[in-house]
Amino acid sequence: MSVASQAEPLHFALIGTPNSGKTALFNALTGSRQKVANYPGVTVERKSGLLQTPGGRSVNLIDLPGTYSLRARSPDEEVTRDFVLGRFASEAAPDLLLCVADSTNLRLALRLVLELKRVGRPLLLVLNMIDIARRRGIDIDLDRLSAELGVPVITAAAVRRGGTDDLMRRLDELALEGADTQAQWQSPTAGELRAAQREADRIIAAAVKTPATPDTLTARLDAVLLHPVAGLIILLAILFVMFQAVFSWAKPLMDQITAGFDALGVLSQAWLPEGLLQSFVQNGVISGVGSVIVFLPQILILFLFILLLEDLGYMARAAFLMDRIMGGAGLHGRAFIPLLSSFACAIPGIMATRVIDNPRDRLTTILVAPLMTCSARIPVYTLIIAAFIPDRTVWGFASLQGVVMFGLYAAGIVSALGVSALAKFMFWRESPTPPFMLELPDYKLPRPRSVLMGVYTRAKMFLHRAGTTIFSMMVLIWFLASFPRPPAGATGPAIDYSLAAWIGHAMEPITSAIGFNWQINVALIPGMAAREVAVAALGTVYAIEGGKENAAQIGQTLAQHWSLATALSVLAWYIFAPQCASTLAVIKRETGSWKWMAVTFGYMLALAYAASLVTYNVAAALGAG
Amino acid sequence: MALGLAHRGFRGRITGIAPAGEASGVPADELERRLLELGFTEGAEVEILHEGLFGRDPIAVRVNDATVAIRRREAMAILVS
Repeated sequence: MSVASQAEPLHFALIGTPNSGKTALFNALTGSRQKVANYPGVTVERKSGLLQTPGGRSVNLIDLPGTYSLRARSPDEEVTRDFVLGRFASEAAPDLLLCVADSTNLRLALRLVLELKRVGRPLLLVLNMIDIARRRGIDIDLDRLSAELGVPVITAAAVRRGGTDDLMRRLDELALEGADTQAQWQSPTAGELRAAQREADRIIAAAVKTPATPDTLTARLDAVLLHPVAGLIILLAILFVMFQAVFSWAKPLMDQITAGFDALGVLSQAWLPEGLLQSFVQNGVISGVGSVIVFLPQILILFLFILLLEDLGYMARAAFLMDRIMGGAGLHGRAFIPLLSSFACAIPGIMATRVIDNPRDRLTTILVAPLMTCSARIPVYTLIIAAFIPDRTVWGFASLQGVVMFGLYAAGIVSALGVSALAKFMFWRESPTPPFMLELPDYKLPRPRSVLMGVYTRAKMFLHRAGTTIFSMMVLIWFLASFPRPPAGATGPAIDYSLAAWIGHAMEPITSAIGFNWQINVALIPGMAAREVAVAALGTVYAIEGGKENAAQIGQTLAQHWSLATALSVLAWYIFAPQCASTLAVIKRETGSWKWMAVTFGYMLALAYAASLVTYNVAAALGAG
Repeated sequence: MALGLAHRGFRGRITGIAPAGEASGVPADELERRLLELGFTEGAEVEILHEGLFGRDPIAVRVNDATVAIRRREAMAILVS
């Protein structure tokens, strides 16, 4: 080997069945030197990290999406197949495949190993979670297993300190093996799958001794957690705690972030000369990016919960419990968590749809996720409710304002389920719902390190997005709200002279039918940055000093200028309207197409207009106009 | 009989995988291969551990040493005795 190629990093790939602890192993081997990107042309996450072998070679390790076979059924699995077979033009075929298996559950993994052997790349079987297997009394004859499979075998306990030392030591020698260029992988037929599984079962019988008394912890837990009634109640309780955490734990941090960005805005006002640059930095960059970053605490807490539940092995159970309920609306059991996440913010919700392996189910979930009442709607709802809905008690115990708030949430949920049922009917009427099959892994205690690493990766991804796609949207919106500049000697607020105001006036003939005046139209445009920005924007168009801090005063002004029918119409509008550029940008990214972004925008706009039209006219007819 | 018709607590052995038609939204051959890949092979021991609340669907099935959640519709393709 020449000196030059010695310096080239090697490419190793981790492949394995879902729940094999592949990601934990990846984290243990690469630490924080990870990079998450997308594969060329597809929206599947490409996770890679750097590691140094004891021999000093640097290795670029790729964590491939989990799969039972190289036969691709989802975009994720296509990536795995194409990568392993070296079909990506931009990526070299891996120098070594590390097939990761859960030592306590080898049956399906060994069949995968037999299939991978046909690829002809150097292959190593990593028996992960060996510590758990030993504790349970599972005895694996490594030499026999290796001889029967014809593949080197090594044990690892990714979550233990030093659990990957053996593996690291072997990497140098394994890296030197050449590929077998003769081998040709072909999609296995049903007959070949049967034969391979028989062979795998034979090898297990020869090399693995399982104790007579199997581990019963998972079975005992499932007796409660998967109980048809108790299981659902526990699931609801978990969700309740999660919700509480997302909203109450995040609050102090969010307040601090808001305060921080506001201070930064004030600072920029003080330091920059008044004019375009100041407006751009203060209103475009700082408040624009700030209005997205303020959701970071909620997103972190949300992902902390999701990753904890995932690592615990509970997520598959939640999908099992919810499958029938979600299925009624044409959604997959796994759509449940992404939709739930969307109550905090649709962006992490849409990102979390990656757990849904079927493209069609995933797309439906992405389409309806923005209908869930995200926390950015709350400031708008509370402003209008406080200003227009009388604070009195109904039915003897409930506050009318609370009932309206609940109604807005319920309307979001019902419409999400309705739209997904409709989408199923319109786009996929002919084809029956795809199969739902999911392995329920044994429960395991989550490892803090692994969970934190996951949260950190998500946070980085979110910030990266806030810094790129979302930022460019913010600049566009600032531009609309700031150009052209007000003429010299103008008295009204600057936004009245901008393109946004022009659009607001132009829209008036259309929006007068739903009770919106041009001031509302104008406020909706900066509201595209993030829904709650509309509150401050309303303040601006009605020329109120003090912006967000002065919500009470804005409310009073609105109560003077709007009829009740208009206020209700705005509330109805906010349930449905695609009032969030960032969400649209994320939909574009995740679906990889402008088409689905346009579909989402279009249907939400149509729903919003229809809902406001009905609300306004009914309310006006009842005398609230 | 089909595993899709069995009740909770059923224990048996798989005698065949025979999907009929395209009821599952994928071709019969594809469904057969997916079931095989999840370990539903002839001779494997199965037991229905749990059922969902509505329509007793989906079901959680023990297949040898692993547990798999599956809808009854797909379990109709798994023949057991």
